[in-house]
Amino acid sequence: MSNEVFEPKIVGFLCNWCSYTGADLAGTARMTYAPNVRIIRVMCSGRVDPQFVLKAFHEGADGVLVSGCHPGDCHYQEGNYKALRRHRLLSKMLEQFGIEKERFRLEWVSAAEGVKFQQVCNEFTEEIRRLGPLNLNGGKHEQRKA
Amino acid sequence: MIKLTINNQQVEVLPGTTILQAAKKLDIKIPTLCYHPLLEPYAACRVCIVERISGEVSDLVTSCNTKVQDGWVVFTDSEKTIKARKLIVEMLMAQAPAAEPVKEIAKELGIEKTRFEITDPEEKCILCGLCVRTCEQIVGANAISFVERGKERKVYTPYGEPSEACIGCTACAFFCPTEAMTVEDLKGRKVIHEELTLGPSTAIRVPIRQAVPMVPFIDTEACIHFKTGNCKLCEKVCEREAVNHEMEDEEIEVEVGSIILASGFKPFDAKRIPAYGYGRFPNVITALDFEKLVNASSPTGGKILCTNGEEPKSVAIIHCVGSRDENYNEYCSRVCCMYSLKFAHLIKEKTSAKIYDFYIDMRCFGKGYEEFYHRLLEEGTTFIRGRVSEITDIPLTEEERGKLIIRVEDTLLGTLRRIPVDMVILATGLEPGMDQNELARTFNISCSQDTFFLERHPKLAPVSTFSDGIFLAGACQSPKDIPDTVAQAGAAASEALSLADRGVFELEPITAVIDEELCAGCQLCVGLCPFTAITYNKEKGISEINDALCKGCGTCVSACPSGASQQKHFRDEQIFAEIEGIFID
Repeated sequence: MSNEVFEPKIVGFLCNWCSYTGADLAGTARMTYAPNVRIIRVMCSGRVDPQFVLKAFHEGADGVLVSGCHPGDCHYQEGNYKALRRHRLLSKMLEQFGIEKERFRLEWVSAAEGVKFQQVCNEFTEEIRRLGPLNLNGGKHEQRKA
Repeated sequence: MIKLTINNQQVEVLPGTTILQAAKKLDIKIPTLCYHPLLEPYAACRVCIVERISGEVSDLVTSCNTKVQDGWVVFTDSEKTIKARKLIVEMLMAQAPAAEPVKEIAKELGIEKTRFEITDPEEKCILCGLCVRTCEQIVGANAISFVERGKERKVYTPYGEPSEACIGCTACAFFCPTEAMTVEDLKGRKVIHEELTLGPSTAIRVPIRQAVPMVPFIDTEACIHFKTGNCKLCEKVCEREAVNHEMEDEEIEVEVGSIILASGFKPFDAKRIPAYGYGRFPNVITALDFEKLVNASSPTGGKILCTNGEEPKSVAIIHCVGSRDENYNEYCSRVCCMYSLKFAHLIKEKTSAKIYDFYIDMRCFGKGYEEFYHRLLEEGTTFIRGRVSEITDIPLTEEERGKLIIRVEDTLLGTLRRIPVDMVILATGLEPGMDQNELARTFNISCSQDTFFLERHPKLAPVSTFSDGIFLAGACQSPKDIPDTVAQAGAAASEALSLADRGVFELEPITAVIDEELCAGCQLCVGLCPFTAITYNKEKGISEINDALCKGCGTCVSACPSGASQQKHFRDEQIFAEIEGIFID
């Protein structure tokens, strides 16, 4: 058990038009990067409800990534600004829960930035690895271990 | 009814009718000079006298103001009448020898010359009082009146001073039968208040000579009817009864499927750059001022003249006024280089002035534009590359005296220069119209950083906005010249048409839907939607999503506190299920 390397479980919410396509580009270009980010596609980063983030942590995620179009480039004009607002407020709330704000990350990845997506996945995974497992009190992972 | 006989013809009229009016009924013409149907009769000229026999008595009366009685016998051209009329006309000829209508009546009566002494051979005023009565009865301004008596009697203002009561309506000139009172004359005689301008500034006027439609409008601020309740002269005079002072502004509601915004631009206000002296130096003018000057219907008739009435010997044209400038507008206004070249060419054609063109870059991007620039180079316009820092009238040398001096850095020569000229034309840039922000708010569309309306995509959708059905055309979207505006207008029109014409409308399958039962009507979602797809229904007390406008971004869904708003195929439950699924090992 002590020799096992901790593999973070990260849930990523990617917007369909930019980030998801950017991730797809990383894939089609056969780039290698950490497999720890499990992707859920939404149409816009503005769709990401704070409930999703909380649910993800509750289900056992060690980190949550939200990625959208660059500011000014949102396919739906302003959705990413809403995501930005929610991220700022939610981070504060999460800290009060005892969840470090480094575990909840907001990134802008455009459809052409396969490389950036690769970097983000690698960096975030290492960061969470450094932070260690979340082991949220009352989280579902407790049930699973039992 | 009153029965009387005129020239052996019987006529029946209502009480209160004058002899003149009764004669008109019989188509009998009696000459008049001081009579006008819109004014009370005055009987000043006496030309309309007729012989009236009432019972045994025969005498001469003025027909314009004598009301008929039963049983009268009237002769309009008996020997007695004609003799008296001839005398009257001869007297009028002596009083106003230059008056045309008097000469006409004299000719009809066979009078060759007057036996009386002529005081002023140029005099036209016959003292008919039409101008005075107009000003009093119709206009109600009472600015002019008769003064003095006998030989000295004339139409005048109080003490001969400019009359403050005069509103410059020029009705007096309109009514004058002999052109004794003319619009120019009014200025000369100081009857009209000096501050008022005449001619095109009357309260009812056609706005400009190129107006479409070419009909007059009433300026309610200047119109005397709206101040005193009087006048309405225009309405009385109009034979087609086309004037209606009671017209009110109408607000009309029209339901439409698409809207094209073509609200245009306004020129940059050159007063914002004090160093250029616009407003201080009368011979510093903007591009639009110059267009108005050089137009054939301008006050100079299209001649290029300085304010002293002389042709300029040198003209400077300054590019990029208010454009490409971090202090004012950073963008390039696109049209100024070309219209500046046009001006240079026009000035070359119409005058022999030396022309200086101060530019940063020459932007001749269109069809034939660069060739036109080469033509200008060959014509001899001097092009100086440099931004003008100041226009001053303080001379440093004798040859600069009385001129406007341009201070500029000639970047090609690498020196500072002072160039004296007679006239400066500022090539002012384009800005969005005054009501740009109001329009943006009304139609809920955005403006780009340069404050012009934002297009959906700079390359792929230049005529649409983010709101379906609202299109853009022309300079309100970005500065552009006429060919580009026409092309864009055609594009906007065709997009608007195809929207209406298609018959079917494609909807996104992933739109959001609001559950009526769950919606509390908090309206949080309404403000969040970038496509104005959500409206609040007051009667139901809930918000509703317009399926045609919704693009399916899901922003309202994540904001909804009660979960009433859900996105099809991306429902909260579906995403929760995905999250759970991720952790199934």
